[in-house]
Amino acid sequence: MELFGIWVAALLTLGIFSFLYKDNPVYKICESIFIGVSAGYWAIANFFDALHKKFWVGVFPTDGSDPNYMLWFGALLGVLMLLRLSSKIGWIARWPLAFIVGATAGLYMMLYFVSNAMNQVASTMRDVIVTSPETHLIMWGETIGSILIVIGVVSGLVYFFFSKEHKGVFGYTARVGIWFLMITFGAHFGYTVMSRMSLLIGRIDFLFRDWLHLLN
Amino acid sequence: MRREIPLIITTIAGLVFAISYFIPHWPFVEAESIFGDWIAIVQAFAIWLGALNLIKVSLEKIYRKKEDAFYSGIIIVCLLVTLGIGFYDGFSGGAQSSFRDTGTTFDWLYRFIYTPLTSTMFAMLAFFVASASYRAFRARNFEATLLLIAGFFVMGGRVPLFDLALKPFTDVPYFSEFAGWIMAYPLTAGMTAIMIGIALGIMSSSLRIILGIERSHIGGA
Repeated sequence: MELFGIWVAALLTLGIFSFLYKDNPVYKICESIFIGVSAGYWAIANFFDALHKKFWVGVFPTDGSDPNYMLWFGALLGVLMLLRLSSKIGWIARWPLAFIVGATAGLYMMLYFVSNAMNQVASTMRDVIVTSPETHLIMWGETIGSILIVIGVVSGLVYFFFSKEHKGVFGYTARVGIWFLMITFGAHFGYTVMSRMSLLIGRIDFLFRDWLHLLN
Repeated sequence: MRREIPLIITTIAGLVFAISYFIPHWPFVEAESIFGDWIAIVQAFAIWLGALNLIKVSLEKIYRKKEDAFYSGIIIVCLLVTLGIGFYDGFSGGAQSSFRDTGTTFDWLYRFIYTPLTSTMFAMLAFFVASASYRAFRARNFEATLLLIAGFFVMGGRVPLFDLALKPFTDVPYFSEFAGWIMAYPLTAGMTAIMIGIALGIMSSSLRIILGIERSHIGGA
Protein backbone atom coordinates (compact mmCIF):
# COMPACT_ATOMS: atom_id res chain seq x y z
CA MET A 1 0.00 0.00 0.00
CA GLU A 2 2.93 2.34 0.74
CA LEU A 3 4.41 1.98 -2.78
CA PHE A 4 0.97 2.35 -4.36
CA GLY A 5 0.39 5.44 -2.23
CA ILE A 6 3.67 7.02 -3.40
CA TRP A 7 2.67 6.40 -7.04
CA VAL A 8 -0.79 7.90 -6.47
CA ALA A 9 0.73 10.94 -4.70
CA ALA A 10 3.32 11.41 -7.48
CA LEU A 11 0.75 11.20 -10.28
CA LEU A 12 -1.57 13.64 -8.47
CA THR A 13 1.37 16.03 -7.93
CA LEU A 14 2.26 15.91 -11.63
CA GLY A 15 -1.42 16.30 -12.52
CA ILE A 16 -1.67 19.52 -10.52
CA PHE A 17 1.65 20.82 -11.92
CA SER A 18 0.35 20.19 -15.47
CA PHE A 19 -1.70 23.41 -15.03
CA LEU A 20 1.57 25.33 -15.41
CA TYR A 21 1.48 24.37 -19.10
CA LYS A 22 -2.22 25.17 -19.52
CA ASP A 23 -5.66 24.27 -18.16
CA ASN A 24 -6.24 20.63 -19.13
CA PRO A 25 -8.53 17.65 -18.27
CA VAL A 26 -5.86 15.93 -16.12
CA TYR A 27 -5.57 19.03 -13.92
CA LYS A 28 -9.35 19.31 -13.69
CA ILE A 29 -9.63 15.67 -12.58
CA CYS A 30 -6.95 16.20 -9.89
CA GLU A 31 -8.65 19.43 -8.82
CA SER A 32 -12.00 17.63 -8.51
CA ILE A 33 -10.37 14.87 -6.44
CA PHE A 34 -8.85 17.59 -4.23
CA ILE A 35 -12.23 19.28 -3.70
CA GLY A 36 -14.06 16.02 -2.96
CA VAL A 37 -11.42 14.57 -0.63
CA SER A 38 -10.92 17.89 1.22
CA ALA A 39 -14.66 18.31 1.82
CA GLY A 40 -14.91 14.71 2.99
CA TYR A 41 -11.86 14.99 5.24
CA TRP A 42 -13.12 18.08 7.07
CA ALA A 43 -16.66 16.70 7.32
CA ILE A 44 -15.31 13.53 8.97
CA ALA A 45 -12.86 15.45 11.20
CA ASN A 46 -15.68 17.72 12.45
CA PHE A 47 -18.08 14.83 12.86
CA PHE A 48 -15.77 12.90 15.19
CA ASP A 49 -14.04 15.86 16.91
CA ALA A 50 -17.13 18.00 17.58
CA LEU A 51 -20.35 16.07 17.01
CA HIS A 52 -19.24 12.71 18.40
CA LYS A 53 -16.72 13.72 21.07
CA LYS A 54 -18.50 16.84 22.31
CA PHE A 55 -22.19 16.26 21.65
CA TRP A 56 -22.77 12.49 21.64
CA VAL A 57 -20.37 11.64 24.46
CA GLY A 58 -21.66 14.66 26.44
CA VAL A 59 -25.32 13.70 26.10
CA PHE A 60 -24.79 9.94 26.46
CA PRO A 61 -21.74 9.63 28.75
CA THR A 62 -20.30 6.15 29.21
CA ASP A 63 -18.10 6.97 32.23
CA GLY A 64 -20.99 7.41 34.67
CA SER A 65 -20.97 11.24 34.67
CA ASP A 66 -24.19 13.28 34.41
CA PRO A 67 -25.51 13.88 30.89
CA ASN A 68 -25.21 17.47 29.67
CA TYR A 69 -28.68 18.15 28.29
CA MET A 70 -27.76 21.74 27.37
CA LEU A 71 -25.87 20.30 24.39
CA TRP A 72 -29.23 19.45 22.77
CA PHE A 73 -29.76 23.19 22.17
CA GLY A 74 -26.44 23.33 20.31
CA ALA A 75 -27.50 20.35 18.18
CA LEU A 76 -30.88 22.02 17.55
CA LEU A 77 -29.11 25.17 16.33
CA GLY A 78 -26.93 22.96 14.11
CA VAL A 79 -29.97 21.23 12.59
CA LEU A 80 -31.55 24.65 11.98
CA MET A 81 -28.34 25.59 10.14
CA LEU A 82 -28.88 22.65 7.75
CA LEU A 83 -32.29 24.09 6.79
CA ARG A 84 -30.31 26.58 4.67
CA LEU A 85 -30.46 23.90 1.98
CA SER A 86 -34.23 24.41 1.71
CA SER A 87 -35.42 27.34 -0.38
CA LYS A 88 -38.75 27.60 1.52
CA ILE A 89 -37.63 27.54 5.16
CA GLY A 90 -33.98 28.46 4.61
CA TRP A 91 -34.50 31.75 6.48
CA ILE A 92 -34.54 29.83 9.80
CA ALA A 93 -30.79 29.24 9.28
CA ARG A 94 -30.35 32.90 10.22
CA TRP A 95 -30.92 31.96 13.87
CA PRO A 96 -27.82 29.76 14.30
CA LEU A 97 -25.92 32.16 12.05
CA ALA A 98 -26.95 35.04 14.32
CA PHE A 99 -25.73 33.04 17.33
CA ILE A 100 -22.34 32.32 15.71
CA VAL A 101 -21.89 35.94 14.54
CA GLY A 102 -22.92 37.37 17.93
CA ALA A 103 -20.76 34.97 19.95
CA THR A 104 -17.76 35.51 17.66
CA ALA A 105 -18.24 39.29 17.86
CA GLY A 106 -18.34 39.20 21.68
CA LEU A 107 -15.38 36.83 21.90
CA TYR A 108 -13.19 38.64 19.36
CA MET A 109 -14.00 42.08 20.76
CA MET A 110 -12.31 41.17 24.05
CA LEU A 111 -9.68 38.87 22.53
CA TYR A 112 -8.39 41.48 20.08
CA PHE A 113 -8.65 44.23 22.69
CA VAL A 114 -6.25 42.27 24.92
CA SER A 115 -3.94 40.50 22.47
CA ASN A 116 -3.71 42.94 19.58
CA ALA A 117 -4.43 46.38 21.04
CA MET A 118 -3.16 46.36 24.65
CA ASN A 119 -0.30 43.86 24.25
CA GLN A 120 0.99 45.58 21.12
CA VAL A 121 0.84 49.00 22.80
CA ALA A 122 2.70 47.56 25.82
CA SER A 123 5.40 45.99 23.61
CA THR A 124 5.96 49.36 21.91
CA MET A 125 6.62 51.05 25.28
CA ARG A 126 10.24 49.97 25.42
CA ASP A 127 13.60 51.46 26.41
CA VAL A 128 14.46 53.64 23.44
CA ILE A 129 18.17 53.81 24.37
CA VAL A 130 19.50 50.27 24.78
CA THR A 131 22.70 49.82 26.81
CA SER A 132 24.88 46.78 27.33
CA PRO A 133 24.25 45.11 30.74
CA GLU A 134 28.00 44.53 31.22
CA THR A 135 29.72 47.65 29.91
CA HIS A 136 26.72 50.07 30.18
CA LEU A 137 27.67 51.47 26.77
CA ILE A 138 24.99 52.34 24.23
CA MET A 139 24.23 49.50 21.79
CA TRP A 140 23.69 51.56 18.64
CA GLY A 141 22.13 48.82 16.49
CA GLU A 142 19.39 48.00 19.03
CA THR A 143 18.90 51.67 19.94
CA ILE A 144 18.31 52.71 16.31
CA GLY A 145 16.00 49.70 15.95
CA SER A 146 13.96 50.71 19.03
CA ILE A 147 13.66 54.32 17.80
CA LEU A 148 12.53 52.98 14.39
CA ILE A 149 9.85 50.83 16.04
CA VAL A 150 8.43 53.77 18.00
CA ILE A 151 8.48 56.05 14.94
CA GLY A 152 7.03 53.29 12.73
CA VAL A 153 4.16 52.42 15.08
CA VAL A 154 3.16 56.04 15.75
CA SER A 155 3.40 57.13 12.10
CA GLY A 156 1.62 53.96 10.93
CA LEU A 157 -1.27 54.64 13.31
CA VAL A 158 -1.39 58.26 12.15
CA TYR A 159 -1.76 56.99 8.57
CA PHE A 160 -4.73 54.81 9.63
CA PHE A 161 -6.45 57.82 11.27
CA PHE A 162 -8.78 59.09 8.57
CA SER A 163 -10.89 61.44 10.70
CA LYS A 164 -8.38 64.25 10.09
CA GLU A 165 -7.15 65.38 6.70
CA HIS A 166 -3.58 64.25 5.96
CA LYS A 167 -2.07 67.74 5.66
CA GLY A 168 0.89 69.59 7.23
CA VAL A 169 2.78 67.81 10.05
CA PHE A 170 0.00 65.20 10.25
CA GLY A 171 0.36 64.52 6.52
CA TYR A 172 4.17 64.22 6.70
CA THR A 173 3.86 61.79 9.64
CA ALA A 174 1.29 59.74 7.70
CA ARG A 175 3.73 59.66 4.76
CA VAL A 176 6.44 58.20 6.99
CA GLY A 177 3.81 55.67 8.11
CA ILE A 178 3.27 54.67 4.46
CA TRP A 179 7.03 54.02 4.14
CA PHE A 180 6.97 51.66 7.10
CA LEU A 181 3.86 49.93 5.79
CA MET A 182 5.50 49.51 2.37
CA ILE A 183 8.57 47.90 3.96
CA THR A 184 6.21 45.64 5.95
CA PHE A 185 4.28 44.59 2.86
CA GLY A 186 7.51 44.01 0.91
CA ALA A 187 9.01 41.90 3.71
CA HIS A 188 5.76 39.96 4.06
CA PHE A 189 5.65 39.39 0.34
CA GLY A 190 9.21 38.08 0.36
CA TYR A 191 8.46 35.85 3.32
CA THR A 192 5.33 34.44 1.61
CA VAL A 193 7.24 33.78 -1.61
CA MET A 194 9.91 31.89 0.31
CA SER A 195 7.32 29.79 2.18
CA ARG A 196 5.71 28.84 -1.14
CA MET A 197 9.17 28.07 -2.53
CA SER A 198 9.88 25.73 0.38
CA LEU A 199 6.60 23.91 -0.38
CA LEU A 200 7.65 23.64 -4.04
CA ILE A 201 11.07 22.29 -3.02
CA GLY A 202 9.25 19.79 -0.79
CA ARG A 203 7.14 18.51 -3.69
CA ILE A 204 10.12 18.29 -6.06
CA ASP A 205 12.10 16.54 -3.31
CA PHE A 206 9.23 14.05 -2.95
CA LEU A 207 9.18 13.36 -6.69
CA PHE A 208 12.94 12.89 -7.02
CA ARG A 209 13.64 11.19 -3.70
CA ASP A 210 10.57 9.13 -2.70
CA TRP A 211 9.15 8.37 -6.15
CA LEU A 212 12.08 8.22 -8.60
CA HIS A 213 14.83 7.45 -6.02
CA LEU A 214 17.21 9.82 -7.84
CA LEU A 215 18.31 11.49 -4.58
CA ASN A 216 19.77 9.79 -1.53
CA MET B 1 -40.06 37.95 13.57
CA ARG B 2 -37.57 37.04 10.83
CA ARG B 3 -35.38 39.99 11.82
CA GLU B 4 -36.12 40.46 15.53
CA ILE B 5 -35.32 36.94 16.79
CA PRO B 6 -31.86 36.77 15.08
CA LEU B 7 -31.09 40.27 16.41
CA ILE B 8 -31.95 39.22 19.98
CA ILE B 9 -29.89 36.01 19.63
CA THR B 10 -26.90 38.01 18.30
CA THR B 11 -27.05 40.52 21.15
CA ILE B 12 -27.42 37.91 23.92
CA ALA B 13 -24.59 35.72 22.56
CA GLY B 14 -22.28 38.71 22.10
CA LEU B 15 -23.03 40.24 25.50
CA VAL B 16 -22.42 36.94 27.33
CA PHE B 17 -18.89 36.66 25.91
CA ALA B 18 -18.12 40.35 26.41
CA ILE B 19 -19.46 40.55 29.99
CA SER B 20 -17.85 37.27 31.10
CA TYR B 21 -14.45 38.86 30.43
CA PHE B 22 -15.16 41.59 33.00
CA ILE B 23 -17.31 39.50 35.40
CA PRO B 24 -15.76 36.01 35.46
CA HIS B 25 -18.40 34.62 37.86
CA TRP B 26 -21.80 32.91 37.82
CA PRO B 27 -23.86 33.03 35.61
CA PHE B 28 -21.64 34.48 32.86
CA VAL B 29 -18.79 31.95 33.08
CA GLU B 30 -21.26 29.04 32.95
CA ALA B 31 -23.12 30.63 30.03
CA GLU B 32 -19.81 31.24 28.22
CA SER B 33 -18.86 27.57 28.65
CA ILE B 34 -22.26 26.36 27.36
CA PHE B 35 -22.14 28.79 24.43
CA GLY B 36 -18.59 27.62 23.65
CA ASP B 37 -19.87 24.03 23.31
CA TRP B 38 -22.74 25.18 21.13
CA ILE B 39 -20.32 27.08 18.85
CA ALA B 40 -18.23 23.92 18.31
CA ILE B 41 -21.38 21.90 17.49
CA VAL B 42 -22.87 24.54 15.16
CA GLN B 43 -19.51 24.95 13.39
CA ALA B 44 -19.41 21.19 12.76
CA PHE B 45 -22.93 21.36 11.31
CA ALA B 46 -21.81 24.33 9.17
CA ILE B 47 -18.99 22.21 7.69
CA TRP B 48 -21.56 19.48 6.95
CA LEU B 49 -23.81 22.11 5.39
CA GLY B 50 -20.92 22.97 3.07
CA ALA B 51 -20.34 19.32 2.14
CA LEU B 52 -24.07 18.71 1.52
CA ASN B 53 -24.30 21.90 -0.53
CA LEU B 54 -21.31 20.73 -2.60
CA ILE B 55 -23.19 17.48 -3.34
CA LYS B 56 -26.36 19.46 -4.17
CA VAL B 57 -24.57 21.84 -6.56
CA SER B 58 -22.64 19.00 -8.22
CA LEU B 59 -25.82 16.90 -8.65
CA GLU B 60 -27.57 19.87 -10.25
CA LYS B 61 -24.72 20.19 -12.76
CA ILE B 62 -24.96 16.49 -13.61
CA TYR B 63 -28.77 16.63 -13.86
CA ARG B 64 -28.63 19.61 -16.22
CA LYS B 65 -25.80 17.93 -18.19
CA LYS B 66 -23.57 20.98 -17.93
CA GLU B 67 -20.13 21.12 -19.54
CA ASP B 68 -18.24 20.13 -16.37
CA ALA B 69 -20.73 17.44 -15.26
CA PHE B 70 -18.00 14.78 -15.46
CA TYR B 71 -15.82 16.65 -12.94
CA SER B 72 -18.85 17.17 -10.67
CA GLY B 73 -19.28 13.39 -10.72
CA ILE B 74 -15.65 12.94 -9.62
CA ILE B 75 -16.22 15.41 -6.76
CA ILE B 76 -19.28 13.49 -5.52
CA VAL B 77 -17.55 10.09 -5.79
CA CYS B 78 -14.41 11.31 -3.97
CA LEU B 79 -16.49 13.00 -1.26
CA LEU B 80 -18.66 9.92 -0.66
CA VAL B 81 -15.66 7.55 -0.69
CA THR B 82 -13.83 9.74 1.84
CA LEU B 83 -16.93 9.91 4.06
CA GLY B 84 -17.44 6.14 3.81
CA ILE B 85 -13.81 5.36 4.70
CA GLY B 86 -13.84 7.93 7.51
CA PHE B 87 -17.02 6.57 9.10
CA TYR B 88 -15.81 2.97 8.77
CA ASP B 89 -12.41 3.72 10.36
CA GLY B 90 -13.99 5.96 13.01
CA PHE B 91 -16.58 3.46 14.22
CA SER B 92 -14.87 0.11 13.60
CA GLY B 93 -11.91 0.54 15.95
CA GLY B 94 -13.75 0.97 19.26
CA ALA B 95 -13.69 3.79 21.80
CA GLN B 96 -9.90 3.93 22.18
CA SER B 97 -9.09 4.26 18.48
CA SER B 98 -9.49 7.20 16.10
CA PHE B 99 -10.03 7.59 12.37
CA ARG B 100 -6.67 9.39 12.32
CA ASP B 101 -4.71 6.39 13.66
CA THR B 102 -1.65 5.37 11.63
CA GLY B 103 -2.35 2.41 9.38
CA THR B 104 -6.04 3.15 8.79
CA THR B 105 -7.34 3.63 5.25
CA PHE B 106 -8.33 7.19 6.18
CA ASP B 107 -4.74 7.87 7.25
CA TRP B 108 -3.56 6.51 3.86
CA LEU B 109 -6.03 8.84 2.15
CA TYR B 110 -4.69 11.76 4.18
CA ARG B 111 -1.00 10.97 3.58
CA PHE B 112 -1.10 10.07 -0.10
CA ILE B 113 -4.00 12.09 -1.51
CA TYR B 114 -4.99 15.00 0.75
CA THR B 115 -1.50 16.15 1.82
CA PRO B 116 0.20 15.94 -1.64
CA LEU B 117 -2.72 17.73 -3.31
CA THR B 118 -2.83 20.49 -0.67
CA SER B 119 0.90 21.17 -0.67
CA THR B 120 1.12 21.02 -4.50
CA MET B 121 -1.76 23.48 -4.82
CA PHE B 122 0.04 25.93 -2.51
CA ALA B 123 3.43 25.21 -4.12
CA MET B 124 1.92 26.22 -7.49
CA LEU B 125 1.39 29.67 -6.04
CA ALA B 126 5.19 30.10 -6.06
CA PHE B 127 5.07 30.28 -9.88
CA PHE B 128 2.10 32.65 -9.96
CA VAL B 129 3.60 34.89 -7.27
CA ALA B 130 6.88 34.99 -9.24
CA SER B 131 5.13 36.03 -12.46
CA ALA B 132 2.92 38.54 -10.60
CA SER B 133 5.92 40.10 -8.86
CA TYR B 134 7.75 40.40 -12.21
CA ARG B 135 4.83 42.49 -13.51
CA ALA B 136 4.06 44.41 -10.30
CA PHE B 137 7.53 45.10 -8.89
CA ARG B 138 8.45 48.28 -10.72
CA ALA B 139 10.28 51.04 -8.85
CA ARG B 140 7.81 53.70 -10.07
CA ASN B 141 8.09 55.89 -6.96
CA PHE B 142 9.82 55.97 -3.56
CA GLU B 143 7.15 53.85 -1.80
CA ALA B 144 7.25 51.16 -4.51
CA THR B 145 11.06 51.15 -4.29
CA LEU B 146 10.89 50.55 -0.53
CA LEU B 147 8.53 47.60 -1.11
CA LEU B 148 10.84 46.22 -3.79
CA ILE B 149 13.99 46.55 -1.66
CA ALA B 150 12.38 44.98 1.43
CA GLY B 151 11.00 42.08 -0.62
CA PHE B 152 14.33 41.55 -2.39
CA PHE B 153 16.41 41.47 0.78
CA VAL B 154 14.00 39.23 2.71
CA MET B 155 13.90 36.76 -0.20
CA GLY B 156 17.67 36.98 -0.71
CA GLY B 157 18.37 36.61 2.99
CA ARG B 158 16.45 33.35 3.21
CA VAL B 159 18.66 31.49 0.72
CA PRO B 160 22.43 30.92 1.05
CA LEU B 161 23.13 31.92 -2.58
CA PHE B 162 23.36 35.67 -1.94
CA ASP B 163 25.66 35.30 1.08
CA LEU B 164 27.83 32.93 -0.98
CA ALA B 165 28.08 35.58 -3.72
CA LEU B 166 29.60 37.96 -1.15
CA LYS B 167 32.01 35.30 0.13
CA PRO B 168 35.03 36.45 -2.00
CA PHE B 169 34.74 39.94 -0.42
CA THR B 170 33.66 39.30 3.15
CA ASP B 171 32.87 36.46 5.56
CA VAL B 172 30.00 38.42 7.14
CA PRO B 173 26.61 37.18 5.81
CA TYR B 174 25.34 40.70 5.13
CA PHE B 175 22.32 39.58 3.14
CA SER B 176 20.84 37.34 5.82
CA GLU B 177 21.81 39.82 8.58
CA PHE B 178 20.08 42.69 6.79
CA ALA B 179 17.03 40.48 6.16
CA GLY B 180 16.97 39.66 9.88
CA TRP B 181 17.26 43.38 10.73
CA ILE B 182 14.30 44.21 8.44
CA MET B 183 12.25 41.46 10.09
CA ALA B 184 13.24 42.58 13.60
CA TYR B 185 12.63 46.34 13.37
CA PRO B 186 10.80 47.96 10.37
CA LEU B 187 8.58 44.89 9.90
CA THR B 188 7.78 44.77 13.63
CA ALA B 189 6.91 48.48 13.58
CA GLY B 190 4.61 48.13 10.55
CA MET B 191 2.99 44.95 11.83
CA THR B 192 2.36 46.49 15.27
CA ALA B 193 0.60 49.47 13.67
CA ILE B 194 -1.44 47.14 11.44
CA MET B 195 -2.38 44.86 14.36
CA ILE B 196 -3.49 47.78 16.54
CA GLY B 197 -5.53 49.07 13.57
CA ILE B 198 -7.09 45.63 13.04
CA ALA B 199 -7.93 45.36 16.76
CA LEU B 200 -9.64 48.77 16.78
CA GLY B 201 -11.54 47.85 13.60
CA ILE B 202 -12.70 44.48 14.98
CA MET B 203 -13.73 46.06 18.28
CA SER B 204 -15.87 48.70 16.58
CA SER B 205 -17.37 46.17 14.13
CA SER B 206 -18.14 43.76 16.99
CA LEU B 207 -19.82 46.51 18.96
CA ARG B 208 -21.94 47.43 15.93
CA ILE B 209 -22.98 43.77 15.52
CA ILE B 210 -23.81 43.28 19.22
CA LEU B 211 -25.82 46.51 19.40
CA GLY B 212 -27.75 45.56 16.26
CA ILE B 213 -26.47 48.47 14.13
CA GLU B 214 -24.77 46.10 11.69
CA ARG B 215 -27.42 43.67 10.35
CA SER B 216 -25.99 42.37 7.07
CA HIS B 217 -25.55 38.84 8.50
CA ILE B 218 -29.33 38.52 8.99
CA GLY B 219 -30.13 39.88 5.57
CA GLY B 220 -30.67 43.48 6.64
CA ALA B 221 -28.95 46.70 5.58
